[in-house]
Amino acid sequence: MTAGRRKALFRLGIFLIGMTVLLLALDHWTHGAFLRPFNVSNVLKQIAVYAVLAVGQTLVIITAGIDLSVGSLIALTGVLMAGFMAGQASDALGLLIAVGVGVGVGGLAGVVNGWPVIKFNLPPFITTLAMMLMARGLAFLYSGGRPIEINNAAFNAIGGGTIFPALGKLIGLPGIPVPVIVMLGVVVAGHFLLTQTRFGRYVYAIGGNEEAARLSGINVGGVKLGVYIICGALAGLASLLLAGRLSTGIPQSGQGYELQSIAAVVVGGTSLMGGRGSIVGTFVGALLIGVLNNLMNLLNVQSYAQEVVLGAVILIAVLLDELRKRYFAPG
Amino acid sequence: MRGIAKSYPGVRALDGVDFDVRAGEVHALVGENGAGKSTLMKILAGAVAPDAGEIDVEGKRVAIASPRDAEKLRIAIIYQEFNLVPGLDVAANVLLGHEPVRTGVLDYPALYARAGAVFDRLAVSVPLRSEVRLLSVAQQQMVEIAKALSLDARVIVMDEPSASLTPDEVAKLFDVIRTLTRAGVAVVYISHRMEEIFTIADRITVLRDGKLVETGDAKSYDVATVIRLMVGRPLDAHFPPPAKYNAPDAVARPRLAVRDLSLPGRIDNVSFEVAPGEIFGLAGLVGSGRTSLLRAICGADIPTSGSVALDGSVLTIHGPHDAIAAGLALVTEDRKAQGLVLGMTIRENVTLPHLDRFEHYLVVDKREETDAVAKLSADLRIRTPSLEQLARNLSGGNQQKVVLAKWLLEQSRVICFDEPTRGIDVGAKAEIYELMNRLAAQGTAIVMASSELPEVLGMSTRIGVMRGGRIVHVFTREEATQESIIGYASGATAA
Repeated sequence: MTAGRRKALFRLGIFLIGMTVLLLALDHWTHGAFLRPFNVSNVLKQIAVYAVLAVGQTLVIITAGIDLSVGSLIALTGVLMAGFMAGQASDALGLLIAVGVGVGVGGLAGVVNGWPVIKFNLPPFITTLAMMLMARGLAFLYSGGRPIEINNAAFNAIGGGTIFPALGKLIGLPGIPVPVIVMLGVVVAGHFLLTQTRFGRYVYAIGGNEEAARLSGINVGGVKLGVYIICGALAGLASLLLAGRLSTGIPQSGQGYELQSIAAVVVGGTSLMGGRGSIVGTFVGALLIGVLNNLMNLLNVQSYAQEVVLGAVILIAVLLDELRKRYFAPG
Repeated sequence: MRGIAKSYPGVRALDGVDFDVRAGEVHALVGENGAGKSTLMKILAGAVAPDAGEIDVEGKRVAIASPRDAEKLRIAIIYQEFNLVPGLDVAANVLLGHEPVRTGVLDYPALYARAGAVFDRLAVSVPLRSEVRLLSVAQQQMVEIAKALSLDARVIVMDEPSASLTPDEVAKLFDVIRTLTRAGVAVVYISHRMEEIFTIADRITVLRDGKLVETGDAKSYDVATVIRLMVGRPLDAHFPPPAKYNAPDAVARPRLAVRDLSLPGRIDNVSFEVAPGEIFGLAGLVGSGRTSLLRAICGADIPTSGSVALDGSVLTIHGPHDAIAAGLALVTEDRKAQGLVLGMTIRENVTLPHLDRFEHYLVVDKREETDAVAKLSADLRIRTPSLEQLARNLSGGNQQKVVLAKWLLEQSRVICFDEPTRGIDVGAKAEIYELMNRLAAQGTAIVMASSELPEVLGMSTRIGVMRGGRIVHVFTREEATQESIIGYASGATAA
C-alpha cells in the first residue's frame, strides 16, 4: 500500500516537473505570451464551459452511453434563462429563477434522454441525437432566432466576473474568474461522486458489465437515468457560465460542444466502451484541448488549420493511451 | 479421422480418437457433456487445430487449418448457435460469400433462383425474401442446412440440431436428413436424445472423456447399452463427506419452497422444496431448463406464475434486488458474462451486492471494504497478491471464488449454484465442494445445477432431473445412478 503510494507520488512528481518544463518551453516559444496571467486566466475561463460539460459526459460514457444533446441544451437553457430573467424585480430573484430554469430544464432533458434508454433499451446515441435536434429547434423557436440580452449583473458576474481580488492582485489580475471556481467545484464534486460514493461505484459496474450489475441487485435503470439527468443539469450550468460571460442568451451557441466534450473525455483516457475512466483524466483532456487552441491562436495558426491539428492531436492522444495500456499496463 | 488428439490447459479433450463417416449414412456421435464430441467436430471443420492425428477425405490425406479449408473440401458444420446474419433475407444468407454477380453488381434474380433451387432439393419451403431474424428456430436451421448444401457439402455435421425444436419440427428435420443421405451426403449427428438417435442413425460412435469407446451399427445397440457406454466412468472418490446440519427446531420447515413456477417456453410448473442444510442437485441435458429455473427463483427472470417461499413466507420478487434482500443468491453459470465485472478489482466485485453496508454519509468506506473482503478472501483461499487485483487477471478457480465471496459477504439463506465448477481446476473444485458442504452445515439451503453427473451424485442430498422445463423425477442420493439420471434426462425412461 505504502509502496504503491510512494510510486504514485513519484509519478506525480515526474509529471509536474515535465509539465513545468513543457509550459516554460511553450511560454518561450510564444515569446512570453502564453504564461502571462491574463492569458492563463482567459484560457481557464474558456475551458470552464467545456470542462463542466465533460464531467457530465464522463459519467454517461462510463456507463457505456453517450450524450449528443449537451451542445444544443446550452443554447436552449441559455435563451430560456435570458428570457425568464428579463423583467424580474431584483437581480437576486432573477438569478435564482435562471439557475432553477437552466439546471431544471437541463435535468428534465436528461430524463427524456435516459427514459427510452432504460425503458425500451433504445441506443443513447439515438435518444440524445433526437434531443440535440429538438433542443436546438426549441431554442430558436423561443428566441425567434435572435440573441436575448441579459442585464442581470449577478448572473453576468458568474460567467464573467472575478472573485478573491486579493489573490488576483498577487498575479496582477483583478481576481480569480468565477467560472474557473465553478469548474473546479464541479470537477471536484464529480471526482468525489465517481470515486467515493455508491452511485459512482455502480456507474463503473454498469459500464463494465451491466448484467453482472443487475444480478448484483443494482438498480441499473435508476443509475443510468441519474447520469443522464446529471449530464443535462451540468449542460444547464455550463450554459449559465457561457451566457453570463457573453451577457446574452444565444440560440446559435454551443454548436459542436457535444463533440468537444466527448473529445475531452476520450483524450482523458475514458473508454467509449464503458467501465473505465476518470474525471481527473477528463479534466486533463479538457485542459489539453483548451491549451492547444490557445497556443495556436497565440502562434497565429490559421483557424482552418487549427481544426486539422486539433483532430490529429485527439487521434494521437487516444492512440498513445491505447498503446500505453497495451504495452505497459500490468496483465 | 485417425488418432485425433487435442489438449487444453489442464484437460485432455481428445485422446487418439478414430472416427469415420461414409457417404449416404447418418453417423450419430454421442457422449456426455465434455466427452469431446464438439471438439472433434470443430477439428473437422477447421475451427480448432488438433495436436495430433490425420484426416482423409475420399482417400486423400488433407490438412484442415481453417474453416475455409473445410469449405473447400465441402465439409459443413451446423453449430447449435447458428451463424446467420439476422438482418439479411433468407436467400442472401444461403449464398453469403458466394453471391452471383453480373458485371460487378449483385444478380438478384439469380440469387433468388439459386437459393430457391437449394430449398427445392431439400423439399422444404422457406420464404426466401423474409429476414432471417423473423424466422422460427426450425426455419433458421433449414437455412443453415441450405447454406451447407449450396456449397455442395459432402459432409454435414449437425451439433444438437433438435435442441430447440418441437417434435413435429424434428420429424421434418429427419425427412430433410433422409433427403440428404439419399443424395449421398454423409451426415454426422450429435445428440443427447436417445430416441432420435435410434430413429435416424445408421451407426453410432460413443465418446467418453475424450476417448473413443465404441463404434458400431445402430441396430446392434439398445438405449440402455449406449447409456452404459456413455457414463461408464468411475465415480471419483474425491467428494468430501457431507456435513450434517442439525436443525434447531424439531419440525424443520422447508427453507425454500418453489410452487408451480412457470416461464413459458422455458420452465413449466416446477415445484420442489429444499430443507435447511440440504443440497438439491438439478440434473438434465443442455436446454432442459435448469438455468432458467435457477434464474426464475432468484429474480434474474420474472416467472409468469407460481411462487417462491423462504422459510414459509412467500416472496414478492420484481428483480434480483428483492431476491438478494430476502437472502437468495444466484451464482451464475457464466462468471465472466454474468458474475463479475472483469474491469473491477476483487474488492469492488465482492462488495457490489452489499455496498450499502459500507456506506457512511454517502461515502463508501474502502478500508472497511478491504477488511471484510480480506477476511473472506483468506477464508476462501483466493490466491492473489492483492485485493486490488482486477478480476480479469485471475484464474478461473479464483474468479469463481470471488463470485462466491459476493454471496457470502452477507449470510444467504438459499444459494443457487449454476455449474459451480465449470472450467476450473481440480484443486479449486475440491475447495468449492468443501465450501458448499460447510454452508449446508450452517443451515443454508443449496440448489445446484450441474452437467457433471459425478458432481451431482457426489454432492447432492436429493437430485431432481429436468427435461423440457419440468422436473420429471426426484431421486434420493442413494437411489440415483448415472444411468438412471440419463434415462430420465434423455427421455429414455418415461417420467
